[in-house]
Amino acid sequence: MEIKLVKDILEANEVIASQNRRLFADEGVYVVNLMGSPGAGKTTLLERTIEHIKDRKRIAVIEGDIATSRDAQRVAAYAIPTVQINTGGACHLDGNMVREGLRELDFDKIDLLLVENVGNLVCPAEFKIGEDDKVMLISVTEGDDKPLKYPLMFQVSSVLLLNKIDLLSYLDFDLERFRSDALKVNPHLEVMAISCNTGEGLDNWFRWLEERVNKKGT
Amino acid sequence: MHELAIAQSLLEIVEQEALPYSGARVTRVKLLIGKLSGVVPDALRFAFEVISQGGIAEGASLDIQEVPLRLRCHQCGEVFVVDDPFMTCPRCEGPEVEMVSGRELEIRSMEIDDGDQAGQGHP
Ligand SMILES: [Zn+2]
Repeated sequence: MEIKLVKDILEANEVIASQNRRLFADEGVYVVNLMGSPGAGKTTLLERTIEHIKDRKRIAVIEGDIATSRDAQRVAAYAIPTVQINTGGACHLDGNMVREGLRELDFDKIDLLLVENVGNLVCPAEFKIGEDDKVMLISVTEGDDKPLKYPLMFQVSSVLLLNKIDLLSYLDFDLERFRSDALKVNPHLEVMAISCNTGEGLDNWFRWLEERVNKKGT
Repeated sequence: MHELAIAQSLLEIVEQEALPYSGARVTRVKLLIGKLSGVVPDALRFAFEVISQGGIAEGASLDIQEVPLRLRCHQCGEVFVVDDPFMTCPRCEGPEVEMVSGRELEIRSMEIDDGDQAGQGHP
């Protein structure tokens, strides 16, 4: 006997993600889902971002990690609310894990929630968590062929941060090819070249982020 | 890894849908998988085979139909299939396109075998 279903396999996640999204909207909290490969510099980017914005916006962080809490410890050193989520082996955060983490946060005291996803260029792109924007971080040491290899992540992101550009002179990385491939995959993508090391280009990112937070808060 | 999480969601749906047919076994599941979803069919089959063991869907085969990446151009209206994930119109090179298909992760149907003994196992 054949049973017709026609169901989205990720439907359960979509439902929870949209509940999270409604909560964020009600509370006026702007939420970034920060994705990228392991070692791209996500935690360092968070540190730079927190240093820059914490006096003007109230920030909280959710740290997704497969097993350790080392990243969360780095972030918690800034004395902002930090929630650690261990995925227990899963290579991405999903709506339900984030929902559980939200219980530990006081939304009356938050304008901006930064969610650091698990380091991975495939899976996080497929699982919504209720975020306002997906931001993708990649570093020049990973090579310039990534837009074609991992198109979905480029496609779903609003901003692409290309990190470690202070190393460009040591590498065979074609910045123009990378940028044009990324824009062919997603013409609406904002591409920003940055270095969390030297601080180059970070102003663009801070400005973009603050504008978004202001817009959501009003 | 991606495929494992998807296989888990798939198994949950299948087991849930099979609940009313107690005693039945799921023999086949038909899926639509979009090219842009990044799912490798063989990896999904393998993950599903492993996690379905001991359950109602053990041994079920996954019948996977891959859906091409199909776009519609806002400028010239052309609908086209692309192999590269480039979101520009190959006809007029217009940059404004919408995705018509390619991100599917859908279960279409499943086949169950509820045996031939009438009444057995039915509530
Ligand atoms: Zn066109």
